[in-house]
Amino acid sequence: MSPTVTTSAEADGNVSLATARAAASAAASAEEAGPQPVTMAKALNTAMADAMHADDSVLVFGEDVGMLGGVFRITDGLMKTFGEQRCFDTPLAESGIVGMAVGMAINGMRPVIEMQFDAFAYPAFEQIVSHVAKMHNRTKGRVKLPMVIRVPYAGGIGGVEHHCDSSESYYAHTAGLKVYTPATVADAYHMLREAIDSDDPVMFMEPKKLYWSKDLVDLDALREEYERKADGREVTEGRAAIARSGTDATLIAYGPSVPTALAAAAAAAEEGRSLEVIDIRTIVPFDDATVAASVRKTGRAVVVAEAHGFASVSSEIVARIQERCFHHLAAPIRRVTGFDVPYPAPKLEHFYLPGVDRILDAVDDLQWED
Amino acid sequence: MTISADHASLGATGQGRPTLEVAEDARLPGPAAEAVRKFGITTEDYMLPARHQIQMVDQDGNLKHHSEQGAEPGHEYPLPGNDELLAAYEQLVVGRRVNDQNSALVRQGRMAVYPSSHGQEACQVAAALCLADGDWMFPTYRDAVAVMARGVDPIEAMTIFRGDWHGGYDPLKHKVGIQCTPLTTQLLHAVGVAHAAKLRGEDTVVLAMCGDGATSEGDFHEALNFAAVFHLPVIFFVQNNQYAISVPLAHQSVAPSLAHKAVGYGMAGERVDGNDAVALLAVLDRAVKLAREGSGPLLVEAHTYRMQAHTNADDATRYRQDSEVAQWVARDPLTRMKRYLTDKGLLDDGSDARIAEKAETVAAQLRTGLGEDVSVDPQDLFKYVFATRTLQLDQQSALLADELARDAAGAFSEEEAYK
Ligand SMILES: Cc1ncc(C[n+]2csc(CCOP(=O)(O)OP(=O)(O)O)c2C)c(N)n1
Ligand SMILES: [Mg+2]
Repeated sequence: MSPTVTTSAEADGNVSLATARAAASAAASAEEAGPQPVTMAKALNTAMADAMHADDSVLVFGEDVGMLGGVFRITDGLMKTFGEQRCFDTPLAESGIVGMAVGMAINGMRPVIEMQFDAFAYPAFEQIVSHVAKMHNRTKGRVKLPMVIRVPYAGGIGGVEHHCDSSESYYAHTAGLKVYTPATVADAYHMLREAIDSDDPVMFMEPKKLYWSKDLVDLDALREEYERKADGREVTEGRAAIARSGTDATLIAYGPSVPTALAAAAAAAEEGRSLEVIDIRTIVPFDDATVAASVRKTGRAVVVAEAHGFASVSSEIVARIQERCFHHLAAPIRRVTGFDVPYPAPKLEHFYLPGVDRILDAVDDLQWED
Repeated sequence: MTISADHASLGATGQGRPTLEVAEDARLPGPAAEAVRKFGITTEDYMLPARHQIQMVDQDGNLKHHSEQGAEPGHEYPLPGNDELLAAYEQLVVGRRVNDQNSALVRQGRMAVYPSSHGQEACQVAAALCLADGDWMFPTYRDAVAVMARGVDPIEAMTIFRGDWHGGYDPLKHKVGIQCTPLTTQLLHAVGVAHAAKLRGEDTVVLAMCGDGATSEGDFHEALNFAAVFHLPVIFFVQNNQYAISVPLAHQSVAPSLAHKAVGYGMAGERVDGNDAVALLAVLDRAVKLAREGSGPLLVEAHTYRMQAHTNADDATRYRQDSEVAQWVARDPLTRMKRYLTDKGLLDDGSDARIAEKAETVAAQLRTGLGEDVSVDPQDLFKYVFATRTLQLDQQSALLADELARDAAGAFSEEEAYK
């Protein structure tokens, strides 16, 4: 039930590096003017390079991000272009990476750090929750931490244990963190640049199954557009996107679930049902207005997320819709989420992941007969 | 670096430690290589702490003979200058007064909690005095006296314990990290500050503080390793006060000493008598000098004792004997320093009285500042969570404002009704 995305088997160091290289160089050779097929990986890479060009205090570091360019090649070429002072490998220690970034941010830098995989960010949890999230508050705004923690997250790549967690709810639940998650190539560029320019710490959740998905975009135009705006950072933060307009029900999704929701909407259209798809884009801050306006219009809502449903971002979205749209609802709000089980082994993940059929079943359940 | 597996082969000093191959020594950074060349010692002899802790003034206030101070080739510590010693003594007296005043304020309910450094004041003072203005310090919850000795206003330093906000001073202005409670997490911030400074070509030295118990935490390892790998001017200053709340050092580590951990990271370590302000200044001053000259990080372990309970909420009689505490009374850092400076002719009754007066002024400042009822602004709850506030926090702030406005109006009309 794969939506319109290209997935790659690239997961850990033990998978085909050739696949990743081929994809990266294909993206790199597409240098002609005008919109080209560009991967999300290339957009993220370009966003970091552009930010490093624009501001000397932007540094990139983490595990294998230097020579190798990261296990997903998102930092490809940055060390070569900007030197080992500005893009470098650290010893293997996630708490160390985040804690050192905190100190660098205290002392005038804008670190952009990579956690190699979602579940391998957990050793840094204390630094993230106790310091990254709280420093601004406890110092009454005197110390800002303009840092970005990039986390390749979620599943759908056939990854083994600990490589596919949807960890966004942990961060979204923590006061003081902003949580971004792009679903399109253009958003990946814009949102990463915004995150780097933000004076608040941002958990930048990258749906790894979308790394090699392609959209037709013009990276030069994106760069110009971003840099032309005096205050570009206000553009996406707190603003959900209407990924597809519709009138009968609203699908609300973010990150890896957006293409799935769009595929479901396309399938529903064939059955004569018009579904609107909202791409949340920034989980924190959350765009209540766009979501509520859509649900008031359609009167029905299904929230789609890969993460376990229990006590999650999807639960929060349902609660917020209920608080704001109760009298406009024609049916209870439904959720299609991962089951409340540890992320499954590769051969079982397709049972776990929310797919088009499960979404359409939930839509069918929205009491249309009344 | 290859450490010879042949543990029987003797080092250059013939002390039976495994030796580094000579060719490898040539790769050592500045001062380490220099020490190796100059003193003809092995890298391990440079990195391992001297055989005994460095102690310059004994517990009766007598300057020890140089040969008995614990110094060895490559571990030489010149006596600090008179001005520095006098400045340290003044801060010692003030620090002791602050500790005891705060403990009293806690008993009176004026402070929520105070982890006293009574008995550890020499460490507190030396940690601050060894640094230059442009240097940084990263203290723990127990290091309020060190924070004050860096020039932070006493009331601002105590805000965290007064309970109206989590921190009171501006870390950027004073170059002092916020007093840190999650154990050892601040050591990594120290590493980051040093790293940023190094990338900009600044010669900032950073002193990172933690306790003996904290050395068991994972961030201790990560911070020391990062500092060593990136060759950063960070001094890790461990106040080994023998206990982590109730747990004695023997349950934290069976290493020969905490300073011995340094060699595992490829940095130099040293042990020092943590109740001897003279030795502490000598060791830390040299550490700062070495770090500034490019030696990379250093680890200094100060042997001291927490004379009082962990905090006011703790009952130390449950885990240690009064007789043990009594032994340390005799090693008090203040009485020792006073006797030494008096014998040296640097201190007399007059100057001592003036210093005591200064300490009284600070204590009075604390009594007044912490005795006042501070007004808190409920809107501060929302003001500082983010640099760019979210709409959700705007709404929650309005909700609280409305609630308070209605409360105020309610109280007012009730009063009116009774008129
Ligand atoms: C990560 C973490 N775990 C536990 C605690 C609770 N705690 C506070 S102080 C302390 C003992 C620390 O001992 P030590 O490092 O020797 O410092 P000391 O209090 O003796 O100065 C403990 C366990 C904490 N603050 N942080
Ligand atoms: Mg201790």
